[in-house]
Amino acid sequence: MDFLMLDRWSPYIIGVLIGLLNIGALLVSKKALGASTSYMKLGGIIYSYFNKEKVENNTYYQKTELKLDWGIMLVVGIILGAFVSAMISGSFNLTAVPNMWAREISDSVVIRFFVAVTGGIFLGIGSRWANGCTSGHSISGTSLLSVISWVSSIAFFIGGIAVAFLIYGI
Amino acid sequence: MYKKNKKLIQGLVIGLLFGFFLQKGGVTRYEVLMGQLRLTDFTVLKVILTAIIVSMLGVSYLYPKGKVPVETKEGSIKNAIIGGLLFGIGFGLLGYCPGTIAGAVGNGSIDAITGGFVGIVLGTVIYAMMYKKLKESGVLTIDKFSEYSLFHKISGNPFKITLPIGAALVLVMYIIEKAGF
Repeated sequence: MDFLMLDRWSPYIIGVLIGLLNIGALLVSKKALGASTSYMKLGGIIYSYFNKEKVENNTYYQKTELKLDWGIMLVVGIILGAFVSAMISGSFNLTAVPNMWAREISDSVVIRFFVAVTGGIFLGIGSRWANGCTSGHSISGTSLLSVISWVSSIAFFIGGIAVAFLIYGI
Repeated sequence: MYKKNKKLIQGLVIGLLFGFFLQKGGVTRYEVLMGQLRLTDFTVLKVILTAIIVSMLGVSYLYPKGKVPVETKEGSIKNAIIGGLLFGIGFGLLGYCPGTIAGAVGNGSIDAITGGFVGIVLGTVIYAMMYKKLKESGVLTIDKFSEYSLFHKISGNPFKITLPIGAALVLVMYIIEKAGF
């Protein structure tokens, strides 16, 4: 069982395992892997605590059922699964500012926080706009041969690479 | 009630495995994800392309037998490009994507909780508020690729299409390896 303690596994082995997991999810739950919809549901659930009427009358939230479901449990599972893996390999690391960012940009917690929140907001808007994320489109949708998923995935990386070069330089 | 709980438990268990694999792959770390966007570390691409090949070939076998559903997302090429680029900007600024935000939280990254998690939930609320206007003004569209999948169009054995696609993706990874990444 030593392999469970290893810090990293080959990306190809990880890719095979995630591919098999996606097939397993389709077989068992009739659902494909995806994360971004769950943040939208969480947002709707939280927002309805403050203003139930506004959420109930919102045409976007009306398209889905805002309650604890398979997808939200999947995101909870990701957090726990990553935590277990990090703990047994000793790579759990409490950090507020990533090393690369601290070394090359700024070690300020405040600056990192504002950039991270801004990035998160763009991710939230973009993932809803494109109707999927790097899981739902780039792994599930692409393997289901959806043209929209292939185009979205390419756009994710074009946008991401452009911003990465703007931040860090060539 | 039992059926409902069963679904929730399935989601949790599949998520546990997904998070475990993401962490073991190193892709819950800012340096690895950002390394991909800076084109210095191709771990993310290798994971994604391998996962696509395996999943696509599995679906090619199971879909004709009626064992798995092929349900793809609603939308349009236009939405995919605009939304995809907005997503990309967020991906570059934050350094995590939606699935790996959760993974990075499990890995101990505080910026993934206070920044990523809070930000993405906020972003979806902003989107929900804008949705009606975006839809009515024609910014958001539905085109012929909405809910489209090549699997629905292939008559006969899907492998005749998916094997060449898989081979092409293997070739891409071979070139990346040969180039020294």
